[in-house]
Order: sequence, then structure tokens, then C-alpha cells
Amino acid sequence: MPLYLNDEQTMLRDAAQQFVGEAAPVSHMRALRDADDATGFSRDLWKQFAEMGFTGILIPESDGGLGLGHVEAGVVLEEIGRNLSPSPFLATAVAAVEALKGSAQRERWFPGILAGETVAALAIDEKAKHGNAIGMKAERSGNGFRLSGAKQFVTHGHVADLLIVAARTAGAPEDDAGVTLFAVPKDTAGLTADPQRLADSSLASRVTFENVEVDADAVIGEVDGGRAVLDALLAAGRTGAAAESLGVGGGAMDMTVQYLKERKQFGVLIGSFQALQHRAAHLYAELEVARAAVLKAQQLLDAGDARAAEAVSVAKAMAGLASTLAVQEGVQMHGGIGMTDEFDIGFYMKRGRVLAEMFGDANFHADQLARASGY
Amino acid sequence: MSDLDTFRAETRAWLEANCPASMREPVRSEKDTVWGGRDQSALTPDQKTWMDRMAARGWTVPDWPKAYGGGGLSPAESKILREEMRALGCRNPLSSFGISMLGPALLKYGNEEQKLEHLPRIARGEIRWCQGYSEPNAGSDLAALATSAEDMGDHFLVNGQKVWTSYADKADWIFCLVRTDKSVKQAGISFLLFDMASPGVSTKPILLISGYSPFCETFFDDVKVPKANLVGELNKGWDVAKYLLGHEREMISGMGLGLSSGGTLIGNTVAQMGLDADGRLADPLLRGQIALHEVRARAFAAMSERFLDELKAGRAHPAQPSMMKYYGTELNKARHELEMAAGGSDSLEWESEASNNGAAPRAWLRTKANSIEGGTSEVQLNIIAKRILELPS
Ligand SMILES: Cc1cc2nc3c(=O)[nH]c(=O)nc-3n(C[C@H](O)[C@H](O)[C@H](O)COP(=O)(O)OP(=O)(O)OC[C@H]3O[C@@H](n4cnc5c(N)ncnc54)[C@H](O)[C@@H]3O)c2cc1C
Repeated sequence: MPLYLNDEQTMLRDAAQQFVGEAAPVSHMRALRDADDATGFSRDLWKQFAEMGFTGILIPESDGGLGLGHVEAGVVLEEIGRNLSPSPFLATAVAAVEALKGSAQRERWFPGILAGETVAALAIDEKAKHGNAIGMKAERSGNGFRLSGAKQFVTHGHVADLLIVAARTAGAPEDDAGVTLFAVPKDTAGLTADPQRLADSSLASRVTFENVEVDADAVIGEVDGGRAVLDALLAAGRTGAAAESLGVGGGAMDMTVQYLKERKQFGVLIGSFQALQHRAAHLYAELEVARAAVLKAQQLLDAGDARAAEAVSVAKAMAGLASTLAVQEGVQMHGGIGMTDEFDIGFYMKRGRVLAEMFGDANFHADQLARASGY
Repeated sequence: MSDLDTFRAETRAWLEANCPASMREPVRSEKDTVWGGRDQSALTPDQKTWMDRMAARGWTVPDWPKAYGGGGLSPAESKILREEMRALGCRNPLSSFGISMLGPALLKYGNEEQKLEHLPRIARGEIRWCQGYSEPNAGSDLAALATSAEDMGDHFLVNGQKVWTSYADKADWIFCLVRTDKSVKQAGISFLLFDMASPGVSTKPILLISGYSPFCETFFDDVKVPKANLVGELNKGWDVAKYLLGHEREMISGMGLGLSSGGTLIGNTVAQMGLDADGRLADPLLRGQIALHEVRARAFAAMSERFLDELKAGRAHPAQPSMMKYYGTELNKARHELEMAAGGSDSLEWESEASNNGAAPRAWLRTKANSIEGGTSEVQLNIIAKRILELPS
């Protein structure tokens, strides 16, 4: 398979570019922020995503979706990133769908996702830095389970209809075995979400589980055997976040290159200064390399290739490095105006930071790679 | 099975049966590289067997047309061949400026006689080529070159000096940029091919910081070159030169894949430092640096794959080789810096047998030229800024 988008994928990209650019440009995000919007995204926009078919990209055709892959999901995510559009797409239509795919719960949740009515959130992280350990407890209780503990960085957690929760039914936090995934509906007693506004003005919750009782049929996959489902969810989430980062980095670079062609100092366009040209060219190279790494991971995931896990780590790490550079250079090359709230480039910096942390930063993924290579 | 699956299975079987065991080991030093040429006595029997067997199938140049000694493979088939060679650890059977630089230029700009004369011999590794571009006063500003070729009716008379000519003392033929019109800069340059054994050609080696001298100053003193050896039109050699440079940059970018050193960075480092109780490299800071380097290296491997795919499909931006060259060579330099750090004092040994005659430090020093040869990193960045990002002058 050649490592570029095929004709159908290119058509999807053009459609996504146009749709997201018109329906949810950066001004959309700014308006939500200025209104101190308590949801964190537009439900109306989420419905439009569904009308475009985007929410069903990863849902199999037999379940009413489009039956497409991570390359296609990434195409949409890149545009979300470029426009800084607040959207439940990554958590719901990518990560949660990947977890629910093939499970008994899909019949309950897929129709709402396909309709743009259901929002899912992921309750995975327990510390400020993403890691593989799962410590939160789920004990057998009656014919179900009782969950207790806390999660953080749960995007959309306060408004989600469904929480995908990773908990431990046996063993120690670092163990692969003994992890179980649960689909927990909102409003379950004992569940509290405390939403916090993040640097990029998105909302993520600290979620507390106080003796939250769930039925046995809330289990996704096998009891104690949830690691495989969690891995699939994370691979999808990481690849998706990498694609969104790429959009953020690319958007920041485009703005910056445009600015270099417009701003004059010393009587000339600042883009004619070689010191800036070289940095812009270097940035271009970093982003191109990241783009290739992301597409490689998406293709390997879609092919079910055993090399996908390492490629996903490379993609997440590389996209993080490249877009961090892009937003930093973006602010710097804009000079003073880049520091003002009125100008958009600063938003890219904030969103880039959030995505860099999401599902593991560059160091975490470099460490994953080192372990996989035995050093 | 699809046709491509069949091709893959047959290719693998053929490689397994035909690639000698010693040609499946990582290349240890520059001397291990097969360059072909008239003088084949330097080749080991396995090197010769491997080159000849691959050449017989046209697989030294898998995607060239069969008529010119190539394999006539489609882009998808070439990719499979590359993948299968990598999977089995097969060495590149033949490294050659003919393959990576002159060949593509002749395929595009050469006339039929020139193609038939030169391409099959390049494919079989019979003629070793060198590149006569740079001059003492024409480096980054290549079009400032002064070596002249005077029209003498039936031939050109070439006079002048080249510098940095890699392997000029070992090469059989040279592809050379000469000035055929002094009144204009780019538009006065022509592209000539000639035999290094021609009367009036002499070379003088330049010793490098790595202790090797594969580079030369090359002098032309009334060298007679038949007019049939002009590639493309008179005074239009700059187009050929630039096209060839794109291919040179593409080739040099391959260094970023670290394949030439056999992927030894991690293995060597582990051997040197050992693992701690948790199975991690005992030096945590170096481990982190290596791991982050590995992220970039693997991402660049994906970029190289994408670049080749786009190139074959005619979708790559014409200036993209500059990006590949820039990134790949900077990566290769960083990799060797890490290898030196991992090796500690062992990697400083210059002549000992244990160090394979200082392979590591010599290779490390050699990589420092990566961002100079074939156009410096600064020049590549200029090209990206101007031609891809379209920044103002
Ligand atoms: C190992 C090696 C092998 C080589 N092999 C060959 C060969 O086989 N055949 C051949 O013809 N040539 C060969 N070369 C020559 C090579 O192409 C030149 O060295 C190269 O193009 C740089 O030219 P220069 O050395 O004259 O440096 P200069 O052009 O003098 O550059 C000096 C410094 O100035 C910078 N600089 C120059 N112009 C600009 C600009 N416009 N903007 C910003 N910075 C600039 C450069 O980047 C560099 O850092 C080889 C060189 C080396 C080191």
C-alpha cells in the first residue's frame, strides 16, 4: 500500500476540510470560550458531524457505520486540529468506538453515536502523566461490580452519556492481566464528575467513583482480560491524537508562513530574512516527517499488522515533537502580536500542549519504544 | 494469491537461494561497499557473485526499463523487492553514482545512443563514475563554475580544475559540468561525459579528517571530448545538473535510515553499558536520548517510504529531495554522535584491530560531510524556503 492518501481518502479530506473549516473554524472555538460555554463543544455541531457520516467512520457497515479505518478518522481529526474545533470526535467516534466494536454493548451505544446524540468519555488516566498502570478497583458485587477510585483528564466527562472506565479486577497496578473495561452510563449513583477548564479552554473532569454499582453486562470484553480492549482503545486514541496534533502543528505553520509573507520590518517582508526562512524550512521538514509517521501508524493499524503498536508510539511522539516546535515557532515569529489574546496563534500553542499530554507524551512513547526494543 | 503476493513469494525464494551469507551481514565500513568498475579485482568472490546475479535479473536497477539493463519492475514490485531485501538483511549489491545520479539523468535527457551505451554498463557495475561539479570557486554557488569546453568542430577541448571529486582516482568515467558560454551564468553550462583515462586528465587526493582520501582535486589540461558525449543541448546543462542533484540528494538522504551501519546503535550501546535490574539501559540519560533519536529515525524511515511512493507516482514536490537530504543527513550525524557517546573510550581507538581499524570514529567523522556534500544543509533550507514555502527573496 503506498504511503499517501488514495483517491477516496483525498475526497474525504477535501470534504472534511471544507466542512470543518466552514462549520467550526477557530472563531467557533473562540465564541464558545468567550461565552464560557459549560458544555465545552456544540451539540449542534456534533449532529452535523453525524449528518456528514463522520461519527460512523470506524463503525462497521454491519452496525450501520461506514466501516472505514484509522486513516479516514485521521483525515477528519487533522481538520479538527487545524481549526481547533472543540469536538467529542476523538474520544467518542474513535477511541470509544474502537473499544465497543464487536462487544455486546455496541447495540446499545452505536445508534446514538451514529446519530450524533451520544457522547462518550474515557476514564483511563489516574495521574498527571499518562501511564500503563491501572490501579482503580472494581470488586465483584451481587451479579455485577462495584467501582471505587478516581480518574482524571476525562475530556467531556461532565456531559458524557457514557464513560469507558478501565479498572482492576485482579492483580497489581502494573499487571497486564486483571484489567477490566466497563461501559458506565452517566447518572449512575456514586459517580461524580468535577469539570475543570484547561489551558486551551476545553473542559476535562476529575471523576470520582464512590461505590458505583454496575451490572455484569457493563463489562466490555472479558473480565480480567480487558488489556486487549484497552490497548485497542489506546492505539486508536493515540493515533487519533497524533493526527489532531498534526493538524494543530500544520495550522500553526500555515498561519506563520502566511505572516512571514505579509509583515514588513526594516522596509522588507520579514519572510525574506534567512534566519527566519531556515527555521520555517526546518519546521516544514519536522512536520512532513511527522505526517509520514502518522500515516504509517494508521495504515498498519488498519491492516491489523503486528508492527502497529511501535508505529503508533513513533507517530504520537513525533507528532508531539513536531507540533510543539510549530506552535513555539509560530508565536515567536509573530512577535508581540503572537502573545495577544486577540490573535489566534496562541490558541494553537495551548491546544498543542493539551494534545501533547493526551495518551502519553513524547517521552512516554520513546520509553515504550525502548522497552519494546529491549533496552 | 494476488500477482503481487506471488511476486513477493518468488522474490523471497530467489533472494534466499542467491544471496550469499556474507552478503546478508551489515556493512562494516566504507570499504565493504561495492562500487563496481573496470577494475573488479578489489571485489571479494561473494561481492562479485551477488552483484552479477542481481545484475543478471536487472535488479541492481529494478525499475529501469529492461532494454537498458533494468528489471522493468513496477513501483509496487520495486517496493516489494526492497522490503524483502531488508527483511533478509541483503546488502545493496552495487552502490554507484551511475545508478543513483547519472542513470536517472540519462534516462531523462540522454539520446538513444547514449542510453544504450552507458545504462547497461552501469546496471552491470562495469563502469565506475565520478561527479565533476564543484570547483575551488564554485561550491554552494555551483553555477559560478569556470572549467571551460571549447568547441573545436568535431570535439570539445576541456580545461580547468574540479575539486572534491569523490573517487576521481578510482573512477573510469566522469560526468562533468563545463562552461560553454562565458557571457551568461546558468545558461552557459553544458553537461559532458568522458573517460578519465583520456590524455590530459589528472587527479590528486585530498586527505580528510577521517584519515581517508577518497576525494580528489581533478585537473583537465586540453582534454579532447567527442561531441557525441554532450548530454542534452549545448548550454542547457544546468537543467540536467539540477535534475541529477535531486537524485543525488535523494540518495544521500538514505543515510538517515542508518542502514549503512547495520542498525548497531542500540546493540552496541547495550553491549557497552549493560542493562539495569529493570531491563533498561544502565545510563538513563543516554537511554532517553537514544530513544528519542529512535523516534525520529523511525519516523524518517516512514518519510523515506512515503517519499519514494510519491516520487514513483509523480506526486512529490520537485524540491522535496532537499527536505529529505537535509533531514536524513542531520539525523545520520546525530546518530553517529550518539554511537560515539555510547562507545566511550573504546570508540576513540583509531587503528586497533578490536576497533576494526577505527571504523566507528572514522565513520563518525565521515558523517560530518553529509550536511556539506551534495549541497549544504543551509542550501537545502534555502531551497525549501523558496520553492516549497514560497517565502520572498
Ligand atoms: C565529502 C565530500 C564529498 C564531495 N563529493 C563531491 C563530488 O563527488 N563531486 C563534486 O562535484 N563535489 C563534491 N563535493 C563538494 C560539495 O558539493 C561542496 O563542498 C558543497 O557544495 C559546498 O561547497 P563549498 O565546500 O565550496 O562550501 P561553501 O559554498 O564555501 O560554503 C561555506 C559555508 O557557507 C554556507 N553558505 C554558502 N552559501 C550560502 C547561502 N546562500 N546561504 C546560507 N549559507 C551559505 C554553506 O552552507 C557553508 O556552511 C563533496 C564535498 C564533500 C565534503
